[in-house]
Amino acid sequence: MIFLAFLVVVVVAALWVMGMYNGLVRSRNEVRNSWGQIDVQLKRRHDLIPNLVEAVKGYMGHERNTLEAVTKARQQAIQVTGDVAERAKAENLLSQTLRSLFAVAEAYPDLKANQNFLALQEELSSTENKISFARQYYNDAVMRLNNKIQMFPSNVIASSFAFQMEKFFEVEATAERQAPEVKF
Amino acid sequence: MWELVRANQRRAATLVVLMAALLFVLGYTLAEALAPGAGAGGLFVACLVWLGLTLVSYYQGDSIFLALARARRIEKRDNAVLFNVVEEMSIAAGLPKPPDVYIIDEAAPNAFATGRDPQHAVVAVTAGLLETLDRDELQGVVAHELGHVANRDVLYMMMVGVMMGTIVLLADIGGRTFFWGGGRRRTSSRSGGQAQLIMLIVAIVLMILAPLVAQLIYLAISRRREYLADASSAMYTRYPDGLASALEKISHSTAKLTVATRATAPMYTVNPLEVGQRGLADLSSTHPPISERIRILRSMGAGAGLRNYDEAFRRVTGRPVGVVPFRALASAEQRTAVLPGAPQAGSRLERVRRTTDMLWRLNEYTFVACACGTTLKFPGAYVGREIACPHCGTVHTIQPSAA
Repeated sequence: MIFLAFLVVVVVAALWVMGMYNGLVRSRNEVRNSWGQIDVQLKRRHDLIPNLVEAVKGYMGHERNTLEAVTKARQQAIQVTGDVAERAKAENLLSQTLRSLFAVAEAYPDLKANQNFLALQEELSSTENKISFARQYYNDAVMRLNNKIQMFPSNVIASSFAFQMEKFFEVEATAERQAPEVKF
Repeated sequence: MWELVRANQRRAATLVVLMAALLFVLGYTLAEALAPGAGAGGLFVACLVWLGLTLVSYYQGDSIFLALARARRIEKRDNAVLFNVVEEMSIAAGLPKPPDVYIIDEAAPNAFATGRDPQHAVVAVTAGLLETLDRDELQGVVAHELGHVANRDVLYMMMVGVMMGTIVLLADIGGRTFFWGGGRRRTSSRSGGQAQLIMLIVAIVLMILAPLVAQLIYLAISRRREYLADASSAMYTRYPDGLASALEKISHSTAKLTVATRATAPMYTVNPLEVGQRGLADLSSTHPPISERIRILRSMGAGAGLRNYDEAFRRVTGRPVGVVPFRALASAEQRTAVLPGAPQAGSRLERVRRTTDMLWRLNEYTFVACACGTTLKFPGAYVGREIACPHCGTVHTIQPSAA
């Protein structure tokens, strides 16, 4: 009888550990998978930029500096082969240069009437959104994983199976953190 | 997010079991009352009807539904913005692939999602919706629909709906049989006596009550799912005001959706049959009152997580228990809204805002910064001693010197 009770306790404990381990694996896979999603969108942005520069060139001959900054930032973003934090930095720089390009484009009415440019602008700003939503999902996934790794009791299992904490994809531009105002 | 999906599934499974029990008891007693000893047969028929309807709706439900709504599929070149918004939101929701996009040629602004799982998901919006909403609002509505997809609401609503349909159908058949053939049967089996009389009474009571109970259960699940989809929308977009102002626009529209019927109404963002009857949602409604949904979203302030929604829900409705399942809430952190609409430094919007601020100041407006990030601006002639923030509801007292 005592043996039976002991057996039940052991089985329940084993199931519990198994569930927790599987939960950790699921969280880790979610982090990897969502990083893949960011990667896809970043690549797509890299591919779209040459088209944009080409479309804009004819209209914005005077804005050589802006265009060169975008091209250069793209080059750097493609070449960077570091960890998440380094890539995030390069990509954030690219976002900033693109933003200033679109801000400058406001001053060129001909350009803003160009269908090709408008389509590219929609594509790029949507890709920008996709990057930030993918980043949001990635960061949520990282937080879930990190929470599990740090919190009791799952931290015991995480440390015995050597689960690693992951890094967040941080936003650097302070403008994106600005709070809105309401007028009335 | 996974916890939310799991909690949803558990809850829905319980209700499906409950509905099934109701269905089987109904089938059994009906048959038993009609012909003693035929209870097993009745059970069998009830099962068969339910199984048939379930299979049809599982595999064909979405195409039947799309055909009923007269929706047509579009490609990316037809409407790039809508496509992009759907893709953005499916990334935010972490869906394995973006759902197919359909358009309904109707002036009434509305939308729905269908498909038994995220792999087969479909989002349909009306032409009127695309016309009336700006991008942020469209994003809120699409996120609400994808919330239904991600939380597996579509499947459960379909299952529960079929169950309800079967119960209503059986009760109806039973009622007709009693009415037309019940008398004859009873005389032929006089020996059954008292036992059958009791069975008959139970059957009649069940026949009246079961459809009502089934419908109430169905409606309760439906309303809860709407709140949860709103919460998910806020979490995906991190911008609850987008959906709130979309709901405002939709509720102000007077156009009626002609393709909606009572059967398809629960699937839409806003109940298409209750347009123009604001605040009239009760136990007999598939959707919570739209004004309440707007107030909850508006009072989330600068937060956008499930927990923020739950707090806002309790604050607005005054109910002690929130709408987000406890298990999901335990793991849900507070989230801050990032506000895609926030002006970027140096942008035209920011310059315009700075200029208008200057004009407000020249006209002796008072500026009060609220903790949620909102800046309240009101004229010097404002006589009240305190003012509530429209976003988070915090009440600020006005210093006499400032006025």
